[in-house]
Amino acid sequence: MTIEKRSSAFEYAPAPESRAIVDIAPSYGLFIDGEFTEAVEGKVFKTVSPSTEEVLSEVARAGQADVDRAVKAARKAFGTWSALPGSERAKYLFRIARLIQERSRELAVLETLDNGKPIRETRDTDLPLVAAHFFYYAGWADKLEYAGFGPDPRPLGVAGQVIPWNFPLLMLAWKVAPALAAGNTVVLKPAETTPLSALFFADICRQAGLPKGVVNILPGYGDAGAALVAHPDVDKVAFTGSTAVGKQIARTVAGTKKKLTLELGGKGANIVFDDAPLDQAVEGIVNGIFFNQGQVCCAGSRLLVQESVHDELLDALKRRLSTLRLGDPLDKNTDIGAINSAEQLARITALAEQGEAEGAERWSPECELPESGYWFAPTVFTNVTQAHTIAREEIFGPVLSVLTFRTPDEAVAKANNTPYGLSAGIWTEKGSRILAVANKLRAGVVWSNTFNKFDPTSPFGGYKESGFGREGGRHGLEAYLDVR
Amino acid sequence: MSDKTVKTERLSVFKTYKLYIGGKFPRSESGRVYEVSDSTGNWLANAPQASRKDARDAVVAARKAFGGWSGATAYNRGQVLYRVAEMLEGRREQFVNEVAAAEGLSKAKAAAVVDATVDRWVWYAGWTDKIVQVVGGANPVAGPFFNLSTPEPTGVVAVVAPQESSFLGLVSVVAPVIATGNTAVVVASEKAPLPALSLAEVLATSDVPGGVVNVLSGRTAQIAAPLAAHQDVNAIDLAGADEALAKELEIAAADNLKRVLRPQPVDDWFATPGIDRMTAFLETKTVWHTTGALGAAGSSY
Repeated sequence: MTIEKRSSAFEYAPAPESRAIVDIAPSYGLFIDGEFTEAVEGKVFKTVSPSTEEVLSEVARAGQADVDRAVKAARKAFGTWSALPGSERAKYLFRIARLIQERSRELAVLETLDNGKPIRETRDTDLPLVAAHFFYYAGWADKLEYAGFGPDPRPLGVAGQVIPWNFPLLMLAWKVAPALAAGNTVVLKPAETTPLSALFFADICRQAGLPKGVVNILPGYGDAGAALVAHPDVDKVAFTGSTAVGKQIARTVAGTKKKLTLELGGKGANIVFDDAPLDQAVEGIVNGIFFNQGQVCCAGSRLLVQESVHDELLDALKRRLSTLRLGDPLDKNTDIGAINSAEQLARITALAEQGEAEGAERWSPECELPESGYWFAPTVFTNVTQAHTIAREEIFGPVLSVLTFRTPDEAVAKANNTPYGLSAGIWTEKGSRILAVANKLRAGVVWSNTFNKFDPTSPFGGYKESGFGREGGRHGLEAYLDVR
Repeated sequence: MSDKTVKTERLSVFKTYKLYIGGKFPRSESGRVYEVSDSTGNWLANAPQASRKDARDAVVAARKAFGGWSGATAYNRGQVLYRVAEMLEGRREQFVNEVAAAEGLSKAKAAAVVDATVDRWVWYAGWTDKIVQVVGGANPVAGPFFNLSTPEPTGVVAVVAPQESSFLGLVSVVAPVIATGNTAVVVASEKAPLPALSLAEVLATSDVPGGVVNVLSGRTAQIAAPLAAHQDVNAIDLAGADEALAKELEIAAADNLKRVLRPQPVDDWFATPGIDRMTAFLETKTVWHTTGALGAAGSSY
């Protein structure tokens, strides 16, 4: 069939969110022991807006010596912080949650500028979840004995945390909130392409009166992350990022007493049965793979559709995709923003080309890409088999691979046929089928008739090579407590 | 003329203490008040003397509020309870004075009471979205079933507030009731009702929906009796009832099998509470759902 280009009825005047709300300084330091400071080696790097390639700021680049300083500060702060009554730690975290709520629009605009994701997502998803996460773990700080990890659970010490660029502030919240609630102190390294929101968070810690050294922020590259993970005075390592780096970290901490949690890649299967409400499923599929430009570890990047509804579903999906608006991330009508970096764009481009070369059928809606910045049109591959690279490797971009199945058993087998095991989706009106299929899926999060739902009370994390440990919920505390 | 003016200290404005029902501040339907004195017998104010009709009105208001409050997300209820703590912190001075007068405490001791009361709201604000995780859970039944038990609020809870600890004790019994989604009809301490009546002003400006907490002052036995017998009250906390009254109320409560929390001896209201004041007013709901038989060919799912 032909897809008509959606015309005037869907044209919107630009509705940009004002960036005047956020004041980005020309340069930022590292945040160590409650102070902004230059890197010992004096190195800096530039962070750019992925949608325009405009340089937003110049940021100090942490090296080995800075990691050492930050870990020392965190160690020094640990004694007092962990000895505080839980109710006092709780009140610091509640303060932070409230300050984030107050400054959420500013932070949303900042995040959109530095990351490239649509303001609609930072405003309506990222920031509310960030605040909620701090609010939730604040309440745990004085209730740890109820969490199910023994009568008097103790903190571990200094947590070294390395986070990715896809949800910069949300990943910070997932790491910092439970760590502090449990009584640990932290040294956190944000990703090199998205350091700004973490530095604004440092300012929020100051506003909240958080004692010095409890939170230290080290912008930098992989070398700083590696140094942090390897530091002998770090007791806990938490990493979110690629499976390759996760394995490297697992090797680094081998033979030490460091507690490790890893939240890594995924190749989530979104399974659509023939009795599914197809319109809802289409929305869920779109949300599953095009939310945050598909740069989501739990993305539903493999669509498994029952053969009998394949054509109908694909028609509806393509129709829906042709209405998505790609462009200025600060525009409140934008659905698809920019890819985070040139490097990531190159990777997505290469994998998509490989998909075509291996014989899958490529389709994108008509979609004009802006001239500057890093962009990739929403893309759907049909006629994909399990042998195709695009069905096996994590693309981390707006690229959906469509496979088919005939029986539930086949769907389960295909869904599990991956080294990953982070997420999955099930679409069917039949409750018993949802539960039976969910039971058989080797994935840490299974969404039924919905997708990409997150809540601070709900544990998140993977099976197999998607990592281990859970973040969020009561379970998320375990990663930061001495539960031996 | 001006030289004839007598210089005096400014005359303060007294507050008219009122009941708190359905988010409004009515006087008692009875038209009666009673004198409230401080610990040394000095008159402090007249407090409304709530009637049976006021108690019934309060139950109606609490019932009306129950759907919305119990249906709100736990996160939302947590935000609202935390807001109460924020508002209370801002009125610290006022409550220090009221608690000092009501309980005959020094300013320093009254301040410690008020601080602990603010922290108590924070403690329960943190519980709203955790109690389900702590007391609920999946049950591994021996069959192909999803089986999940979750706690739910029981409904309208009548709370006979502690007589001695007029503020910290009061909040320690009210906050756990509403944290889990119940709504409350509170009978304030008979001899020291003023902190409770003032707390209502805080609740009214803290995003707590009208009717979630209703505050009555007056003769404890007179107000508690119709509440204990009321067919649309689901539970009663007898914290502030003496032994004889508690027994009488428990008997009345049996008529519709109210959940009854008997008076607990509390040595120290400052101590961190457990979760028993929440679980006392929770129902457990268990949901079964077939997972489809994974029989012979596994084809039936």
